[in-house]
Amino acid sequence: MSSQLIQNNFRMDRLPHIWCPGCGHGIVMRSLAQAIENQGYDKKKVCVVSGIGCSSRASGYMDFNTLHTTHGRALAFATGVKLANPELKVIVVTGDGDCSAIGGNHLIHTARRNIDITTIVFNNNIYGMTGGQYSPTTPTSEYGTTAPFGNIDKAFDICKLVDAAGATYVARGTVYHTVQLIKLIENALINNGFSLVDAISTCPTYYGRKNKKGSAVNMLNSLKENAVDIKAAEKLPKEKLEGKFLIGEFKNTNEPEYTEEYMKIIKKYQKER
Amino acid sequence: MSDRKVKLMQGNEACVEGALAAGMKFYAGYPITPSTEVAELCAQKLPLIGGKFIQMEDEIAGMAAIIGSSLAGLKSMTATSGPGFSLKQENIGYAALAEVPCVIVDVQRAGPSTGLPTAPSQGDIMQAKWGTHGDHPVIALSPSSVKETFDLTVKCFNLAEKYRTPVLLMLDEVVGHMREKIEIPNPDEIEIYNRIKPQEGDDSYKAYRVEEKEIVPRMAAFGEGFHFHVTGLMHDEFGFPTNDTDTSDKLIRRIMAKVSDNVDDIVIYEEKYMADAEYVVLAYGGTARSAISAVKKAREMGIKVGLFRAVTIWPFPEKQIRELAGKVKKFIVPEMNLGQYVLEVERVVAGRAEVISLGKANGEVITPDEILSKIKEVL
Ligand SMILES: Cc1ncc(C[n+]2csc(CCOP(=O)(O)OP(=O)(O)O)c2C)c(N)n1
Ligand code: SF4
Repeated sequence: MSSQLIQNNFRMDRLPHIWCPGCGHGIVMRSLAQAIENQGYDKKKVCVVSGIGCSSRASGYMDFNTLHTTHGRALAFATGVKLANPELKVIVVTGDGDCSAIGGNHLIHTARRNIDITTIVFNNNIYGMTGGQYSPTTPTSEYGTTAPFGNIDKAFDICKLVDAAGATYVARGTVYHTVQLIKLIENALINNGFSLVDAISTCPTYYGRKNKKGSAVNMLNSLKENAVDIKAAEKLPKEKLEGKFLIGEFKNTNEPEYTEEYMKIIKKYQKER
Repeated sequence: MSDRKVKLMQGNEACVEGALAAGMKFYAGYPITPSTEVAELCAQKLPLIGGKFIQMEDEIAGMAAIIGSSLAGLKSMTATSGPGFSLKQENIGYAALAEVPCVIVDVQRAGPSTGLPTAPSQGDIMQAKWGTHGDHPVIALSPSSVKETFDLTVKCFNLAEKYRTPVLLMLDEVVGHMREKIEIPNPDEIEIYNRIKPQEGDDSYKAYRVEEKEIVPRMAAFGEGFHFHVTGLMHDEFGFPTNDTDTSDKLIRRIMAKVSDNVDDIVIYEEKYMADAEYVVLAYGGTARSAISAVKKAREMGIKVGLFRAVTIWPFPEKQIRELAGKVKKFIVPEMNLGQYVLEVERVVAGRAEVISLGKANGEVITPDEILSKIKEVL
């Protein structure tokens, strides 16, 4: 028997999903469902928009208004949905490639507008769907099928990117730290503005295999070992943070929200009706 | 009808007036000459009626946003020119497969690439048909005057809603920037078509099932309580992705048939001096203006020439041209490109009459005299 959470929030007839055994994406999707459920949103008003990639397949499994768009463009579609009907709780699920490579321009501009869209990045540091090419978040000198001699690109820190661009809520969690991840997603949903949660996921099939990261469990364990909470990090000396990455809430502020600002213009200038 | 508003306006302006008359409530786009006035006017006018305008970061995003807004229930439009039209193509294909009604205006300018940004062209005619990958239904209309731009913009929205498909309004810089006096019809004189929605609370609703005797699936909006899925993957009646080749076959044939089975409803054309014509000038858009004056002059000289003006350019007025091909000796096809639409004319005429191309792609309009000389030359 599947849990109540699954029955309430998923299209049971669309499961099982297409993801590989051990893939971290299922954990992110479940965490998102849990966060939505915890917040008690009216399902009628929840709209999940995704791009293209393994991660973006999540929209098809979730029992809401769902829109599976083109590669990289989820945020632009979502902007149309949200501005057209600001009553909708619009959530974008996307991959690291989807949102920071092909969709990078949309990412910075959606953040800049501070439109109330919650973005969950299923960040597995690789292009999973197309078979393991390096992405903008593949660390330097790691391997991908298109980086057979090691990646010479520098990696994006998606959180810093959207922080600088104007997002009002920015956080990072991992598929190991699920209790925290759910909380971060909830806070992202609550924020009235552009929110992003960089959910560090795992792709044992391609990233793991190419980079000799061991089994799916090993990969989860290394998330546990390498993630440092931002609050703890403040007290640690620099050398202790070498090779680690930060998780937790990086930004949670209040700024005017885009669709509300637009409604003010309508209120002020509308002539008819 | 003395209470109709009479205004002097540009083609681009008439496009916006037409869109508003048709019920447009959402515009997203990115500025580009010579289409920019469309965006500027939408920015100005939409909030006044409670509608929404947004300037996106590029044309890809503009196209994406209007698909999103249409799915949220609003009649939506974007406008662009050459380079931007190229950028929109992937998402136009998405709208075709996901059956999302929307209107895309392309005010054609001379290309390829950045080309001649302020000069007219009809160089995107084949791109309108084949610009996005894969087989897909295409409806494209091309007005020749400011008044017709108003009427056809309304028509574009109606066709988009009726057939649940993206519809292209192919303007050219000539018509887009030309100023003419137009009489704006009163709202009650304008026929409006709205998408058919499922009944509230209909538990048996499937987002991509066509009900008996209907042409397209009924369209719910996000937020109305139907938890449906929309994807650019091949999908089943529920809208869920499938790899099944039979389901895919049915879907692609169904969306193509929306247009091919309804050509008579979609095709608009105009004929002038055709009753006894032995020669036909086949023209569309801004070029048809030169064509008609050339034909008039030729008639004054006693030449039996007529004008066939394609108003709907896609689907091609195949039946009409096939019929004409059996009656006339020659077709002359002037167009502001180096011979695009003429290829379709040749295909349909299939050797039963001579087809002569008069192409120009240097950013100049084709003049009545140039067409007249061609008529005299081929007699
Ligand atoms: C325009 C376009 N370019 C390329 C592709 C091929 N493609 C599909 S998914 C993908 C990468 C997905 O990677 P990511 O967003 O990181 O998601 P993941 O599969 O790793 O979850 C690519 C390159 C496409 N579908 N469309
Ligand atoms: S390829 Fe990687 S990201 Fe895609 S489903 Fe498999 S494990 Fe997950």
